[in-house]
Amino acid sequence: MAEISYRDAVTRGIAQEMARDPDVVFLGEDVAKPGGCFKATVGLYEQFGALRVRDTPISEQAILGAAMGAAMTGLKPIAEIMFSDFIAVCFDYIANEFPKSRYMSNGQLKCPLVVRTANGAGSRFGAQHSQSVENWCMMIPGLKVVAPSTPRDVIGLMAAAVRDPDPVIFFEHKSLYNSKGEVPDGEIVDTLGSAKIVRPGKDATICALALMVPRALEAAERLKIDHGIDCEVVDVRSLVPLDTQTILGSVARTGRLFTVEENPRLCGWGAEIVSIVADEAFYDLDGPPVRITTPHIPLPAADIMEDVVLPTPDRIAETVKRSLEA
Amino acid sequence: MTPPNDRTNGGAGLNDDIGEAKRLELYRLQVVIRESEQRAFDLFLQNLVKGTSHLSLGQEAVAAGFAGAMKKGDLSFCTYRGHAHTLARGVSVEKVLGELMQKDNGLMRGKGGSMHLTSEEHGVMGSYAIIGAHLPIACGAAWRAQYRGDKDVSVCFFGDGTTNIGAFHEALNFAAVWKLPVVFVCENNLYMEYTPIKDVIPIPQPAADRASAYGLERILIDGNDADVVYRTAQKAFARARAGEGPSLIECLTYRHSGHSRADPAKYRPEGELEEWKKRDPVKIYRERLKQFGVKEDAIAEIDASVRKEVDDATEACKAAPPPPLDIISTDVYADGGWAWRN
Ligand SMILES: Cc1ncc(C[n+]2csc(CCOP(=O)(O)OP(=O)(O)O)c2C)c(N)n1
Ligand SMILES: [Mg+2]
Repeated sequence: MAEISYRDAVTRGIAQEMARDPDVVFLGEDVAKPGGCFKATVGLYEQFGALRVRDTPISEQAILGAAMGAAMTGLKPIAEIMFSDFIAVCFDYIANEFPKSRYMSNGQLKCPLVVRTANGAGSRFGAQHSQSVENWCMMIPGLKVVAPSTPRDVIGLMAAAVRDPDPVIFFEHKSLYNSKGEVPDGEIVDTLGSAKIVRPGKDATICALALMVPRALEAAERLKIDHGIDCEVVDVRSLVPLDTQTILGSVARTGRLFTVEENPRLCGWGAEIVSIVADEAFYDLDGPPVRITTPHIPLPAADIMEDVVLPTPDRIAETVKRSLEA
Repeated sequence: MTPPNDRTNGGAGLNDDIGEAKRLELYRLQVVIRESEQRAFDLFLQNLVKGTSHLSLGQEAVAAGFAGAMKKGDLSFCTYRGHAHTLARGVSVEKVLGELMQKDNGLMRGKGGSMHLTSEEHGVMGSYAIIGAHLPIACGAAWRAQYRGDKDVSVCFFGDGTTNIGAFHEALNFAAVWKLPVVFVCENNLYMEYTPIKDVIPIPQPAADRASAYGLERILIDGNDADVVYRTAQKAFARARAGEGPSLIECLTYRHSGHSRADPAKYRPEGELEEWKKRDPVKIYRERLKQFGVKEDAIAEIDASVRKEVDDATEACKAAPPPPLDIISTDVYADGGWAWRN
């Protein structure tokens, strides 16, 4: 057991897989000698060499296209898109190419690759370097989508993503890179499609993802201390596949559902969860499901404005309390 | 010998490097494509080919010349105008027509359609319908070859219009910087969809005139002469296999039919099609064979056997059932199914 940062967990997760399998290769902008824009891949170049850890031109389409061509012919590439906002300039691969080739070829082609990318707000970078875009990817049949919230999960889900035979979009949260957590020694391998109950409780279920997980946990602590409200917090972890059983099971126990989403409100992942719960667990509910999200606006840069728009522990606690009292 | 560059004549010497067996193969491939594409058009008019289709009538020499120079294991990346390249790698006429007719005997059992012909076992690694998307993908396959020390070449076919999309430039730069064993083949048929390419580029040749920007040789060839194409392909493949990096080859050619389906191609100036038909690749090659002493009946025999193959394939496709509906949700994910939740 050791305490490491989320940033170092990224390096460790990739290194664990590269050491295991020579087919795992890694490419992206400034990822090799510079160790990445967020310094999340420092040392990989030194450890695995110039053939396996490669800097690319600023060519997001070439990065993802090359990853796909390598994947379909036998390698297991990990491709970095520096900021998740830049997915927009190479969205063809994410929307049309990776997820469709197996289906359109009637199972002849494969696409086992991982796209890892820095997602989310908190850095005061403004509307083109701060978005949470997991919902852009969640809606596409053929893709898998994960977003870890702890250093341990970064390693475990990275391993699961690399070993998975489907294309996986791996969202790292920029504001979590400095966070720390206990990580067991040795190999860590998780499974995709499993949510985790990170805090048990009986009064309400709060589903959260990535940066929203520690915020939901903080809100749950306050609700307990200040109001005696006992919330269960579910770290969704994997949007596709989605672990609906864990969520439905939790709602069956608590009778209330809240989602905490960093993405702007429309078509956020919480809407899908709410719809599943409404459809399949309506009579378990003691009140309306409530979504707590960033509003339907581009993100402002200034700290005081950015802080106001993202769901905060205060807003989460306040919303849960008001809803339970209503 | 060096392949002809910036020349539009055949460049075929008499007793030469290609030889009779290869020439008969190149001829046969072109006839297979010609007859199959013509049949696809006829079947379209009968409402038996559904959806869309993009024919390579008039562009057969490019497909035949490149495929003729490829080895087993070399990989083709095609566009929606990919029937020709798929057939050229040895995929059966029945599988191709079956897919166009959306039958269960089709190459992908109707799940892909005419624009996405794929046959992994023949090295046809997909046909891509988003302009430019497959150039970076071909780079990736070439990167795998480079990384593993495999000797195969990735060959990527696309049109003149494709040279104006970002992915083209990203891929060319990437391939050149990484020295990848990939060969980019621009089939300049003078038109994007309905707009002449000359109206949308600031240079005369869409691919060749851009090669220098990536440190590549300017290669512009007669794409209607299969010998020229074959020799050029051989040289580019040798370069790729030797680790010397990518090539960008512009083949001048012309599509005899419209862009897609029943496009009547009214936008073409009068007489243009007739001029190009004088340089019909199949006709050119038939003459070439005769010039090399191949007897008329040997040629007629090839024509007849191909015709029979296409006729038989047509009948088989007409008789084939449509795909079963239970494959609608297969192969979305690698586990064979479509489950996104538990
Ligand atoms: C990104 C994208 N933009 C536009 C289209 C529509 N489109 C299909 S074919 C085509 C023309 C392509 O011309 P060219 O590259 O010369 O190929 P050709 O059809 O002549 O073989 C266009 C614009 C598309 N499929 N993808
Ligand atoms: Mg064209």
